[in-house]
Amino acid sequence: MRIEIASENSFIIYFNDQIAADTTAQISACAGILRQSMGPLLVDLVPSYASLLVIYHLHIGDHYQAKQLIKQALAQIQDAAISQGKLVHLPVYYSEESGPDLPHLAAAAKLSVADTIALHHSCHYQVYAIGFAPGFAYLGEVDERLAAPRKATPRLKVPKGAVAIADRQTAVYPSQSPGGWNLIGLCPTPMFNAEQEPPMPVNVGDQIKFEPISRAEFLQQGGNEQLLLESSL
Amino acid sequence: MTMLVKQPGLLSLLQDSGRFGAHQIGLTNGGPLDQQAYAWANRLLGNQPNACAIEVSFGGLQLQTQVDTYIAVTGAPMALTIDGIEHDLWTAHKVTAGAHINLDFCQQGARAYLAVAGGFQTPIEFGSRSTVVRENIGGLQQGAKLMDNDRLACAETRTMASFTLPAAQRPTYTDHTELRVVLGYQHDLFSPTKQALFFSSTYTLTDRADRMGMRLSGPDVSCDTTSMLSEGICYGAIQIPADGQPIVLLNDRQTIGGYPKIGSVISQDTARLAQLRPGDTVTFKAVDLHQAQNIYALAAYRFQHTPLEAISE
Repeated sequence: MRIEIASENSFIIYFNDQIAADTTAQISACAGILRQSMGPLLVDLVPSYASLLVIYHLHIGDHYQAKQLIKQALAQIQDAAISQGKLVHLPVYYSEESGPDLPHLAAAAKLSVADTIALHHSCHYQVYAIGFAPGFAYLGEVDERLAAPRKATPRLKVPKGAVAIADRQTAVYPSQSPGGWNLIGLCPTPMFNAEQEPPMPVNVGDQIKFEPISRAEFLQQGGNEQLLLESSL
Repeated sequence: MTMLVKQPGLLSLLQDSGRFGAHQIGLTNGGPLDQQAYAWANRLLGNQPNACAIEVSFGGLQLQTQVDTYIAVTGAPMALTIDGIEHDLWTAHKVTAGAHINLDFCQQGARAYLAVAGGFQTPIEFGSRSTVVRENIGGLQQGAKLMDNDRLACAETRTMASFTLPAAQRPTYTDHTELRVVLGYQHDLFSPTKQALFFSSTYTLTDRADRMGMRLSGPDVSCDTTSMLSEGICYGAIQIPADGQPIVLLNDRQTIGGYPKIGSVISQDTARLAQLRPGDTVTFKAVDLHQAQNIYALAAYRFQHTPLEAISE
């Protein structure tokens, strides 16, 4: 583990140089300890794949204090039991209608579309990071055969709820936005709702299991025709 | 009790000091691009330091107050008129119900702050009133910029002492600035030659400069690393994508990203960066962490201890 300077009031802790499930657990544990130990010195934390950005208040303390508390937290997680996140089920309507990049992904993987879909929902994914946009959770890792690079020309409008793949990452777009990921389906569960507490169904460290649903179930569970139309564009 | 928006201008946004503690659900900070001008506007009115004000980009805002209160405008020199009469910036002014408040377009600088006594009482989302258009969060509703006929709630203030910031203490806005940088993140991925080039070159602000970040153009300082794991991006971080052209990431930046970063601009200097226009230039200067924190502490002390001048209207 390395502690590096990020800015005048932040450090970044590198836990690993690659993605690993136990690294995510360590980062979550460290974030939990720092939230307690730093108190008002803490401005914000940004956990990601293998790092944790720690931002502190310069009018409360300085880098000596912040670094000391980070070192103490890192010493504590060595022997702390690493707790598992919760398992969250997310329904997905997989089809060529809702996931226009499925045929292309299937061809690249030398699989049928049905097998491609099955490969995507047959495993559990870990929530590695949340960022890019409110509620955008980076999930991994997708089976190597489905790893597809981002599109050379990003779509101007990826619909809300789009389930997508980029390299070995997968995600559900929480709101309509431009995006270069490959679309394979639509999820009717809202990934971000500012009116709700908590606003997101998942946290970093949780596990996700996608459950295939039919077109009718998608529409029943809050999906709509407009999203299907936007997907096909 | 409101102020009515007659003309929003190019881009006018409700901003308090920013949204903190919500990075873990992907929310960025928002808040004033020029924190110094914003802080002075609130101090001139005796407001809380995080009171909500209007950030006016390039000018063109027209309001009609429907309440007796006080306002102060700070930042880029946009001519302020109240009922057609020009009034000084960096000064608290009484406005009476019915008065028209206009901010003209500025020829220098880019952002001004219009604060009202007690702050605008607009909705709070995730602990802040700051508007982030990209996230549909804050503002009057769903991250909207100000629009014609918006009504901004504020309290009545019949009488209070008026203050001005002495002219010698007011910042001036130029077309070139030096940005001090704390080396950090992946700085050691940049060769000594590229680092020397970065700190000895002049970079020009492109027209891709907004609340997310300021894209600069100048000598290519790319490093050899093209793929890295996405990680948290702090305020002021200088991202160097494969084309070697620096981007200084500001208030509305995305919270995580995967481009190499050479370091971060200190918060005292991002305010001046935010007042530049496309075509203006910057240079970078390295400072160490101790210097950066000293600069911060001195500036905070100076802000608190600079006396305001009482004026009579």
